[in-house]
Amino acid sequence: MSALRRPLPGWVEIGLLPLANIALAFLVVSVIVAIIGVDPLHALRLLVLGALGSSESIGYTLYYATNFIFTGLAVAVAFHAGLFNIGGEGQAYIGGLGCGLAVLALDRYLPGLLMIPLAILASAAFGAAWAAIPAWMQAWRGSHIVITTIMFNFVASALMVYLMVNVLIAPGSMTPQSRGFGASAQVPSMQAALQWIGIAVAPSALNLSLLLALLSCVGVWIFLWHTPWGYGLRTMGHNPEAALYAGTNLKRTTMLAMCLSGALAGGVAVNELLGVHHRLVLDFAAGYGFTGIAVALMGRGHPLGIVLAALLFGALQQGGAELAFESPRITREMVVVIQGLVILFSGALVHLPRPWLQALFARRG
Amino acid sequence: MEEALSLVTATLAATLRVATPLVLCAMGGLFSEKSGILDVGLEGKMLMAAFFAAATASLTGSAWMGVGAAILAAEVLALLHGFACITHRGNQVVSGIAINILAMGLTVVLGAAWFGRGGQTPPLTGTERLNPIFFPVAGDNILVYGALLAVPFTWWLIARTRFGLRLRAVGEVPLAVDAAGISVSWLRYRAVLLCGLFAGLAGAYLSIAQNAGFSRDMTAGQGFIALAAIIFGRWRPVPAFGACLAFGLLDAIAIRLQGVRLPGVGEVPVQLIQAMPYLLTLFLLAGFIGRTVAPKAAGVPYEKEP
Repeated sequence: MSALRRPLPGWVEIGLLPLANIALAFLVVSVIVAIIGVDPLHALRLLVLGALGSSESIGYTLYYATNFIFTGLAVAVAFHAGLFNIGGEGQAYIGGLGCGLAVLALDRYLPGLLMIPLAILASAAFGAAWAAIPAWMQAWRGSHIVITTIMFNFVASALMVYLMVNVLIAPGSMTPQSRGFGASAQVPSMQAALQWIGIAVAPSALNLSLLLALLSCVGVWIFLWHTPWGYGLRTMGHNPEAALYAGTNLKRTTMLAMCLSGALAGGVAVNELLGVHHRLVLDFAAGYGFTGIAVALMGRGHPLGIVLAALLFGALQQGGAELAFESPRITREMVVVIQGLVILFSGALVHLPRPWLQALFARRG
Repeated sequence: MEEALSLVTATLAATLRVATPLVLCAMGGLFSEKSGILDVGLEGKMLMAAFFAAATASLTGSAWMGVGAAILAAEVLALLHGFACITHRGNQVVSGIAINILAMGLTVVLGAAWFGRGGQTPPLTGTERLNPIFFPVAGDNILVYGALLAVPFTWWLIARTRFGLRLRAVGEVPLAVDAAGISVSWLRYRAVLLCGLFAGLAGAYLSIAQNAGFSRDMTAGQGFIALAAIIFGRWRPVPAFGACLAFGLLDAIAIRLQGVRLPGVGEVPVQLIQAMPYLLTLFLLAGFIGRTVAPKAAGVPYEKEP
């Protein structure tokens, strides 16, 4: 017990412990790959090449990372307030509904310079609204936010299926998707944007939403660590009673944290719908909300850490797809396995390697 | 009249078929949550169990080997949950989510590598499945009766035995249990293992009794509905069983109502009925239908005084 309490040097705590957690996760992954009958080193080579081997694959890696930055930030903001928002999936999905409704109503009348910001705001507002209900239930009725956000994911999914199949489906379409968005509601692809300033890259799904994601990182950083509201939010996460004593309104802060979290999750809709699909589709947010938990845990809740973790998960997503393509015995779901193991080792078992590192680095006395 | 009667019996049989995995899962979850260990990972345990049940039944030709493998698979995940939450005092929700995601990926990865059918197991026939005992049409296989027996068993174990008393105590005030010289960890490990046992049976039911093989994500949120049933039953076995039956009935009705126009209401969206268990639980959690009383220490890791 006393060994657990001994402090580790800062660089070990921030740098080495997360790496040790990831290393353990990948050790288990390589065992699974070996069980399937594939050489883990060969698989790793294919994965890295698939994620970073060409400008096209780097583009896709960054495109996936964009989603993970949004959902990672969403989980982290709530986490700083001591709230576990598992509903990123549903909030992103309903954010997409807001985005789609705004575009379908107005894309024929507004120019891109008005349409796109408006669609982004609609995504954020709908995402925030979907998070506001469980936040209200937590703050005023004392309902456990983990359970309610899980339920809201399922409700969001049912609602979207109903709306897509019965209301928003394009006339004459066989698949449940809306009509295509007008040109004024399409976020330019990174390839087009870079070409405009004279840089040639291969086309990919990467679009300017990445900039929005990075801006959100800066915004979250300023908000959490350099504003009184962020201070109150973090105080509530550390010690609600102290926050209350210091004059923080806990109910209002809970609403603030969850709405901000939901709005950030809505960013996935911007990247997916305005950036890539250019129409409202089913299940565009599938899996991103949950991976956001892994990203936030790995990034230790800090925007910079979240960007790095999102890059890793983006590379895994893209590299995993290529790996599955090249190696018939491995399917795409290998990425899901890796995500699960990362959540396990850098979340629930975060303290597992601590005693070993303590034996190596702990300050004596 | 006869037609109406057969409609009623058919709906009741369908309700029982759908409710069986929910009941088994809810009884398992009850043990875990009563001991103070939240279990968001019911879904994952059930999914993993379903896969190993079908895979083993297909390879050995024996449904019973499948049931054994299902229990084993669920227990491995249960021990993992215990190791993370009890031994290492990790976050119970994070551990549960990790188990869900791990199961979602691993079942497809292993299934594709072993059977090459995109994550499905080969279709099961004859003795590879648990078949109905008395009424072939109703699908009353042994696990249906098992689920019906699991409810009084759970009630008896929790309400009427020394183990149950300690289990309830450890979920409310673990310090008191510790002070009485009883190991908090060992009690909670036993609760988590009981949870794995029932989640394993629920998984086996899905893939080798209700269906003839495993298909990807075949649990489809049923672990979470079981969780909702526990909350709805206010962490008591018999009301939780009632909630499972009610949710099962909703599902059976949803299938019957597909495309049917009700007088005065019009066509009820199937999605609305499917979302009902979640919506009802949300209403309950918001305090609109009575109050919920979760075990006080649920979700809080116990740190032994040095």
